[in-house]
Amino acid sequence: MFTRLSALVVVIFAFVAPATAEAGGPKHGGILKIYHRETPPSLSIHEEATFSVNVPAMALYNNLVVYDQHKPQNSMGTIVPDLADSWSVSSDNLALTFKLHQGVKWHDGQPFTSKDVKCTFDLLQGKGQDKFRKNPRKDLFNNISEVTTNGDFEVTLHLKRSQPSLIAMLASGYTPIYSCHVPPAQMRTHPIGTGPFKFVEFKQNESIKLARNENYWKKGLPYLDGIEFTIISNRATAVLAFVAGKVDMTFPTEMTKALIADIKKQDPTAVCEIGPINVSTNLIVNRENPPFNNIELRKAMALALDRKAFIDIIYQGAGDVGGTLLPPPEGVWGMPPEMLKTIPGYGEVQKDREQARAIMTKLGYGPNNSLKIKVSTRNLATYRDPAVVLIDQLKTIYIDAELDPVESSQWFAKVARNDYSVGLNLTGNGIDDPDQAFYENYACGSERNYTHYCNKELEALFDKQSVETDVEKRRKMVWDIDKKLQEDVARPILMHARSGTCWKPYVKNMTIMNNSGYNGYRFEDLWLDR
Amino acid sequence: MGTYLIRRFFLMLLTLFGISVLIFTMLRLVPGNIADIVFNAAGMIDVAEKAKLEKELGLDRPIPVQYIEWISGLARGDLGYSYVSEKPAIKEILPRIPITAKLAGLALLFAVTFGVPLGVISAVRQNTMLDYVLRVVSLSGLSLPSFWLGLLVLMAFVTYFGSIPIYTDPPKGFWNTLWLFSIPAAAVGFRSSALVMRLTRSSMLEVLRQDYIRTARAKGAPARTVNYRHALRNALLPVVTVIGIEAAFLMGGLIVTETVFNIPGVARFLVEAIRWRDYPIVQNLVMFIAVVAVSINFLIDLLYAVLDPRIRYAS
Repeated sequence: MFTRLSALVVVIFAFVAPATAEAGGPKHGGILKIYHRETPPSLSIHEEATFSVNVPAMALYNNLVVYDQHKPQNSMGTIVPDLADSWSVSSDNLALTFKLHQGVKWHDGQPFTSKDVKCTFDLLQGKGQDKFRKNPRKDLFNNISEVTTNGDFEVTLHLKRSQPSLIAMLASGYTPIYSCHVPPAQMRTHPIGTGPFKFVEFKQNESIKLARNENYWKKGLPYLDGIEFTIISNRATAVLAFVAGKVDMTFPTEMTKALIADIKKQDPTAVCEIGPINVSTNLIVNRENPPFNNIELRKAMALALDRKAFIDIIYQGAGDVGGTLLPPPEGVWGMPPEMLKTIPGYGEVQKDREQARAIMTKLGYGPNNSLKIKVSTRNLATYRDPAVVLIDQLKTIYIDAELDPVESSQWFAKVARNDYSVGLNLTGNGIDDPDQAFYENYACGSERNYTHYCNKELEALFDKQSVETDVEKRRKMVWDIDKKLQEDVARPILMHARSGTCWKPYVKNMTIMNNSGYNGYRFEDLWLDR
Repeated sequence: MGTYLIRRFFLMLLTLFGISVLIFTMLRLVPGNIADIVFNAAGMIDVAEKAKLEKELGLDRPIPVQYIEWISGLARGDLGYSYVSEKPAIKEILPRIPITAKLAGLALLFAVTFGVPLGVISAVRQNTMLDYVLRVVSLSGLSLPSFWLGLLVLMAFVTYFGSIPIYTDPPKGFWNTLWLFSIPAAAVGFRSSALVMRLTRSSMLEVLRQDYIRTARAKGAPARTVNYRHALRNALLPVVTVIGIEAAFLMGGLIVTETVFNIPGVARFLVEAIRWRDYPIVQNLVMFIAVVAVSINFLIDLLYAVLDPRIRYAS
């Protein structure tokens, strides 16, 4: 009897023990090692516009609200409190009030108060005494007329007009709260935040080191003792370093489909995810100079595009066809496939090209009289490679293009001067939200509206969708605007890229966002099971 | 000899002055400055903010004024501030010099240790199987691109040992340092040793055909004495020149090796600084490399005089 009971106990233990170990809670300790693809310009998120900064720096700060770090798709429904315990909107939708968490301290021990929130928005709007060296997202907060405080723990953002998506911008990794007492120059070299990790050191070309914030206001967090980013600019070396276990994780969304296959072959235990990053490759045409001031010619160019070929050649099939906004299912606002197919240039390639050739013939071009142009692009592989495919596709409609690689530092200056005829550009979106995409890239006079597309009627629709609180209604309005933008050849979208991230199986709680590459790097509840 | 030295020293100073003007001018001829890069990274150009930044960094002043300010600062030991890290340039540059010096020194040691003896052996055993093998090896050394060889070495380490000899943290202790630097040094040194070997071989072959070698042999001097004492010493002149050039090159030209093995040395830092148009870093770093190159050349000139008395008498 006793033996049978013992055997039963052993059997039960054999089943239960691994499950218990597996289900064991997060472990404290350990240093997470990630390779960084380059030396970031600084760690002051507000002054930079590359996720090379967000990845190492987001863990230093907190936002008022933040996207849930474990829901891959960012949406209004995934926004959770961060420094703000709660928020409310006034009945006229013109005031957004945040109740702030009490007892939060900056890394230097100073208390966090509502004044810091006000200082942050003053800095962003250029109202304060201190100024940023550069302020790439100041336009996003143009709708805030005033920031007022009520005591140390309540702050209100007063809006010029209703803007439901403002909260989405506040939840982005691009919108941390800065302190009043640390000047912007220091934030670039030795940032002070309220986040789960404290800045330790930043050595150009070497490493960025963060250490656990022992006094983090979220009790029990973070789990890690620190995070070390080793800067490995050569991707082949970086991949080998990951395979050899020198780093625990690759730089987020830096792995191509082919590289992931290679990693899995060498280290089958590696966990790899591939998904969209909300970066579109697009065609920019200078509509102000002839012959491209002719809408017919621009339409013909849009009809010549074979988007699937771009995706197959450049990303080995890992990409999506879409409009301005990231296509579903990962994208929240992108047009559905059946709607896309109704847009000229998104249908059957051969038919579209025949139509394009007919337009070109009407305009006086043909096989013996091709239009000679230059396709300008940044002299980086991610820009150059699709530009080469574009040149090949334009040949099919009697456009004989030559590649004009532009030194990287000169690219935006050249585009801003209108010193190009046809160009190929990449556009990254910090958040999957129509306000950011439309106002930034298509509003009349916007600095990033490189093609100077200006349609006042459509801009009125930008405002209309922006104030709409009903998500489904807004989505339909957004689809119509996006369709119109594609039909107007405002900035034809060639593709939306997908790329991947790999980590070792002992790295737990890692979630890669799949509709933005800028918002998922707080790392506060990430832990190492080893 | 004293006059020779003084003349060479002043010539060295003049060269450095010329280099400083050249670096400064060329850097400003390259399109774009830090302000362009800073705003380019943001995907926008704000003309007013850009002008403000240029003014803040003194880039709006006339180029001759900027040059005089740099040179006078350099004379005072003030190298200015890095535009990117906003730290003193000296603090950014100094820690990287020993890293590259170790790598270059080991690579040079590898080159001389293998290149010179194998070159002598190849010449002495001309047209034997050993000579053919050594020539093939040396040709391979010259033909294999460093980045390819470096990556191959890394892949081999990952595949066979499950580890990767790249720089992620400063090595602790002598043996760790030696281990970390010896692999990239061997990858670089392989090419340098091939060059030294081929040059030693051809130079030796030329000397071995000289009358005085024949005389030494006729007088019954042992082969070892003839080869190493009489021939090698005279064959070394062009080899020393090449070693000097290699040494100067290695201080600033190891970009590929430093990138593949992730070594945070001078060359990688210089390329990054050029990308950012970080003038204080680029100017001072290139100037440092120039001082090293010119000094090594000066030392080689002195060594010529030691190796060949005729040069001493002529001067």
